[in-house]
Order: sequence, then C-alpha cells, then structure tokens
Amino acid sequence: MSMIKRFKLSFSKMFNKLFKKKGACIGIYGPPNAGKTTLSNRILKDWAGSEETMGSVSHIAHETRHAKRRNGITIETNGHTISLDIVDTPGLATKIDFHDFMEQGMSDVESKKRSKEATEGVIEAVKWLDDLDGVILVMDSTENPYTQVNVTVIGNMEARNLPLLIVANKIDLPNADPGVIKEAFPQHPLVPVSALEGVGMDSFYEALAKQFG
Amino acid sequence: MQGIQLDLISEARISQMASMEKVRYIIDEVRKGKILVLEKGLNPMEEAKLIEMTMSAIQPDVFSGIEMQSYPSNTDASLLGKLFKKQSNKRLTVIGPANQLKTLKKDRNLISALVSASK
Ligand SMILES: Nc1nc2c(ncn2[C@@H]2O[C@H](COP(=O)(O)OP(=O)(O)O)[C@@H](O)[C@H]2O)c(=O)[nH]1
Ligand SMILES: [Mg+2]
Repeated sequence: MSMIKRFKLSFSKMFNKLFKKKGACIGIYGPPNAGKTTLSNRILKDWAGSEETMGSVSHIAHETRHAKRRNGITIETNGHTISLDIVDTPGLATKIDFHDFMEQGMSDVESKKRSKEATEGVIEAVKWLDDLDGVILVMDSTENPYTQVNVTVIGNMEARNLPLLIVANKIDLPNADPGVIKEAFPQHPLVPVSALEGVGMDSFYEALAKQFG
Repeated sequence: MQGIQLDLISEARISQMASMEKVRYIIDEVRKGKILVLEKGLNPMEEAKLIEMTMSAIQPDVFSGIEMQSYPSNTDASLLGKLFKKQSNKRLTVIGPANQLKTLKKDRNLISALVSASK
C-alpha cells in the first residue's frame, strides 16, 4: 500500500471516530422472537423518558416487519455519555412458512399476508447491514445458538470489521443457559439479560458504551 | 428408486463460480428438492445474499425457504489474528429445502440433520 493511501485510510478512520461520537447507528439483529423489540422498548423506556415504544411485541414470530430507527438516544453509564441511533430490525430467517401462522390461530388470508410481509422484512434487515456502525445480536438463551442466522450476522460484522455485542436474552426463564452462547461465539463480548424483566441492564449499557461509544 | 438427491459439491466446482452464480445455483437446486453439501461454504456476504434471494423465492405451498447450516468461523479475535486474517473459510455447509431438511443437533464441530422424503 502506498504511503498516501495508508495516510488516507488512517485519516478516514480518525474522521469516522470523531464522527461516531455524534451517534453510531446500531442495528438490533437476531432470530425471530429472540426479544429484539422487547430490548429496543426497554432501551427507550430507560433513556427516552416518555411512553414512547419502538414497536409491538408478540409471541407470534415476525411481528416486526419493517425496520424502525430511533435517532439520538443518549445513554449515561459509569460517567460516560454516549449517543446512539438504534434500528430495531425484523431480524433474519432462512425460512418462512405461512402454516406456522395458521397454527397460531390466524386465518389463511392473514397468514399468507403476514408471511409475504415477513419475507420483505427480512430483505430489509439484510440491506440494513450495509449501513450500520455496529450490531447488537439478540439470542434467546433457551435456544440452540448454532443457527445460520447467528453465524451469518456475526460473519458479516467480522468481515466488515464492525463491533458486535451479543445479548443473551430471556435469562429469567428456568432453562436459560447463556454459557452455551458464550461457548459458541467466544470471540465476542456477551451480556446476559432479561429484556422483559429488566435484569442485567446496567451491565448491558456499560457494554454498549464500551463497544459502540 | 424413489428418494432424495444429495449433491456433494467440491471446492473446485464452487470456487469457479462468481458470488451471484453460486447463490442462483443453490436456490435453483434447492427448489428442485435437492440437498446440497458444499465442501467450501459461502462467505458471509454471499450468505446474506442467499437469505435475501431465498426470501424473494418464497411462495405459499410451493417453497417455504431453506435450511442452511455451517460452522461458526474460527476467527482469531486477537490483534495478531486480525492482522494475519487467520480465519479459514473452508467450512462445510449443508443446504436444503426447509420442509425436507431439519437440523437435529448442532455444535461447533458437528451438524446432525434429518432428511425427510415427504414434503
Ligand atoms: N421470558 C422472557 N420472554 C421474553 C423476553 N424478551 C422477550 N420475550 C418474549 O418473547 C416474545 C418475542 O418478543 P419480541 O420482542 O417481539 O421478539 P422479536 O421478534 O425478536 O422482536 C414475546 O412474547 C416477548 O414477550 C425475556 O427477557 N424473557
Ligand atoms: Mg420485533
């Protein structure tokens, strides 16, 4: 690499660093139902101060079918203040079967509509990967972490050299085992939380500031 | 004989294809009901592209998507590891129609899957 090119590169890195202080754009990813929207809502509840929510939560998969961005969330932790833009995404999936929605009691027409919108939501989430400064990857600690979705999200962040924070969610459930997630992806920081009950959130915000601040 | 076609695709075959060709090829074969085992898997960007194209290909009662399993990367997160890009992307990957291929068990070094003949 030429000296000039190298200089330009380090300069643009510096510039990005300066720029980042104004609020990195962080995407929330993970498999359907991991608790991405629950976590987003919790962040807003803790720091936006109003009754504002990011989106609706459901036990039926693919409740979030459009990415939603909230700019300028200011988080104070351990004497540091960081400002982030958070994008709650529909998350990734490799399959969507409308029969699964019918089993949840939806009509044939409703299920097919939800399934069509869900496929579009996943495409939107994939496209967002190109425009982020980092990713919060939410996993359900009661589920096997070795899924293609997790491998693909982590691989994309590693290939782009972007920071990643793994959230092992749902630790309030008796069969939760965040240790299995740590074992699967030992090279990335992990925080165990219950987004639903608000457990482990202080450590989460500390890790957030460390990774993306 | 009735059954399911299983194609074992060598690294040599896959590495001749451009990213888009690989993704197209995989989708087309899987939609025909084949199970593919790739000696060398896709890179993360190709995986994302494959997910995107799979979503576009989903049709009620015709194609509900894919089941895809590969191993997590062995990226060395240390500074030295990063500098020398020790990551090996020689990763065995199995891909098939979601309604015929089910992952039973998976960990760092083992993928156990069930292939069913009926859709
Ligand atoms: N027990 C428990 N359930 C949770 C937790 N977080 C989310 N959930 C539930 O998981 C389901 C999916 O949550 P949602 O936020 O919509 O997931 P998303 O699809 O990843 O956005 C809902 O029924 C939530 O109430 C948690 O920390 N503990
Ligand atoms: Mg959601």
